[in-house]
Amino acid sequence: MLKSRSELSALREEYAKAYAAQSRRLIVCAGTGCVAGGSMKIYDRLKELLSERGLSVAVDLEVDPHGDAIYLKKSGCHGYCEIGPLLRIDPEGWLYTKVQLSDCEEIVEKTIIGGEHIDRLACKCGCNTYKKNSDIPFYKNQTHIVLDQCGTINADSIREYIAVGGYSALEKALFEMSPEAITDEIKKSNLRGRGGGGFPAGRKWEQVRRQNTPQKYVVCNGDEGDPGAFMDGSIMGGDPHRMIEGMIIAGIATGASEGYIYVRAEYPLAVERLRTAIAQAEELGILGDNILGSEFSFKLHISRGAGAFVCGEGSALTASIEGKRGFPRVKPPRTTEHGLFDKPTVLNNVETFANVPLIILNGADWYLGIGTEKSPGTKAFALTGNIMNTGLIEVPMGTTLREIIFDIGGGMRDGAEFKAVQIGGPSGACLTREHLDLPLDFDTLKGVGAMIGSGGLVVMDDKTCMVEVARFFMNFTQNESCGKCVPCREGTKRMLEILERIVAGEGRDGDIELLEELADTIVNTALCGLGKSAPNPIISTIKNFREEYEAHIYEKRCPAGACQKLKKIYIDPELCKGCSKCARQCPVDAISGKIKEPFTIDLSKCIRCGSCLGACPFKAIKEA
Amino acid sequence: MNNNFDFSVADKILDAHGYKQQAVIAILQEIQEHYRYLPQEVFPYLSEKLDMSEARIYSVATFYENFSLEPKGKYVIKICDGTACHVRHSLPILERFREELGLSADKHTTDDLGFTVETVSCLGACGLAPVIMVNDDVYSAMTPDKASSLIQKLKEELANA
Repeated sequence: MLKSRSELSALREEYAKAYAAQSRRLIVCAGTGCVAGGSMKIYDRLKELLSERGLSVAVDLEVDPHGDAIYLKKSGCHGYCEIGPLLRIDPEGWLYTKVQLSDCEEIVEKTIIGGEHIDRLACKCGCNTYKKNSDIPFYKNQTHIVLDQCGTINADSIREYIAVGGYSALEKALFEMSPEAITDEIKKSNLRGRGGGGFPAGRKWEQVRRQNTPQKYVVCNGDEGDPGAFMDGSIMGGDPHRMIEGMIIAGIATGASEGYIYVRAEYPLAVERLRTAIAQAEELGILGDNILGSEFSFKLHISRGAGAFVCGEGSALTASIEGKRGFPRVKPPRTTEHGLFDKPTVLNNVETFANVPLIILNGADWYLGIGTEKSPGTKAFALTGNIMNTGLIEVPMGTTLREIIFDIGGGMRDGAEFKAVQIGGPSGACLTREHLDLPLDFDTLKGVGAMIGSGGLVVMDDKTCMVEVARFFMNFTQNESCGKCVPCREGTKRMLEILERIVAGEGRDGDIELLEELADTIVNTALCGLGKSAPNPIISTIKNFREEYEAHIYEKRCPAGACQKLKKIYIDPELCKGCSKCARQCPVDAISGKIKEPFTIDLSKCIRCGSCLGACPFKAIKEA
Repeated sequence: MNNNFDFSVADKILDAHGYKQQAVIAILQEIQEHYRYLPQEVFPYLSEKLDMSEARIYSVATFYENFSLEPKGKYVIKICDGTACHVRHSLPILERFREELGLSADKHTTDDLGFTVETVSCLGACGLAPVIMVNDDVYSAMTPDKASSLIQKLKEELANA
């Protein structure tokens, strides 16, 4: 238990020395993606092989008298999920990709004992091979601030976090700054909420700080429910202490002595790492009563979600922590006045809190130098969809879509053509080719009817049907609508019905106008953010791809060729040999003909299941 | 109603949470982790122990997607239908699972309580889309054929267990 600032400083010095003395590090990625690819088995296998060879292995930061131990660690997400499982080898900085269990022996023999690079495992982009992490275009074009240590340090080790300077912002906030000064610094930095809205964090802190209530709370929103987004999960699981440090600093600034981290149920890994991190911090006296011997006490709890997207909304989230149904309520009063247990509450998102230690340590001016004037700092995005390089990225605010998709993302997959990118999940909008050079920041996006949201970027190619995408999102929000207010509960249901009708080829004249009218009503009358933003994907797809809606409705045709029910399947009489294989496969007897003569499909019976397509040995069955 | 229901599991969980009403979601989660669903017997029991109405506990249990009042299969297969998985064709995978197990959009669990198939909105492994999760294990870059062979493997495991 650390009793003073100087004790923590001494400990940091010791750990930093031990960290610097490590001559050989093997960093196995233990992010969700790589774990799914088997990285934990690789970790165990490497450990086993190294011990068999009589090499000494360290799994946590130890003060090693000889400095010859091989340091094997599990880190958070390295970001480049596409080519995982990933293994980084230091001091060379080599990155091995798609590592398999069977590669471990060779890695130990050749690289660790022999010091030789294994070319086969290096990252290959196009015709280039990159040995080092820092040379790969995917990484080279990013700016890592928040994710700086995520993927580098051991996600389960508070010692390493301290060794790389962790908790020094806490020291500064606790012993050198007044709560007013901390709040002013955050205000000056113009740190804006990373959860979607972009509300200045400093203003929230100020509102909570000013209230004279003995009990206040700090709550972290880790209910990252947007499908296609996993930034917050990666931060919680990869560098949990940074976020915890940010929360403690928020506690000091606002006079709150208790905090809650609300994590969604689908992130078991993040929950586990946060639990470990909190226990470690408590053990060192960084969390708990009289932190580092000061007057300040702060307790932190984890609250696990139970699968309700609406709980990402502030008032629904606090209701859920209180053990109630996650219903949002009418605002005002704001969470900053009547939040958790009806007490003033600072509610920020994971990434927002993770930015705080950096701002306190480096100053607001440093932060203002990154990103754009009105949206300083960086933003983490989850880059997914039909793109070459999927993964977790961090770029300065104001970076253009083109840079993200083509420089970092490596362009479209399978040479397909870029069509659109969905930003901000089911609350967001789609951006098209004409938006490629738009700087991504809070205000510019708002100007074109989109929002950063929590930061999911799902890239879509020309084979994606935008009406179907709109239906997909409406299906999601309709499912997740909590049912409290009528516009959202009923409106999303009706919109979904219309969209389902359109993609099934049963669209009617006037459907587009009806969708627009419903959207307008819901946006203006729904109770919470979920409802208000639910029509966004429809509004933006109608605006940008109206002709696709029209093709579905008036011509019963899907221009992208994606809508099953609008597909026309036919048999090419030139290629058909009349073998009858397809007719036997057809579940509805829609195919008929004479043996050894071309068969035909009765489109009035055909259900477009596609069974015949795979059955034909001559590729005579085609889709149009 | 089963009068011989063993409440010792619930007691232990309640104890660990200090019988706090606020912790009802966590308590229900842990009970479900044990039984793989929420047995109806626990509602009156929790109501008494937590001093809150059965209706309120029931309202929480029915609000959140993760709670199930029906017994679930030994293997719970969650097919991710988040945006990233959706655009990389997750639906044919779902259909294959249902086909292999004789399940549908209305029937999620096999009669022998071996398998439950459900969809989730996002598992947070979008980089490896399409993904599925079987209990706590994530399987990445799935295809309908991979789904079929996975079911074969799990069926064998189930038979040998």
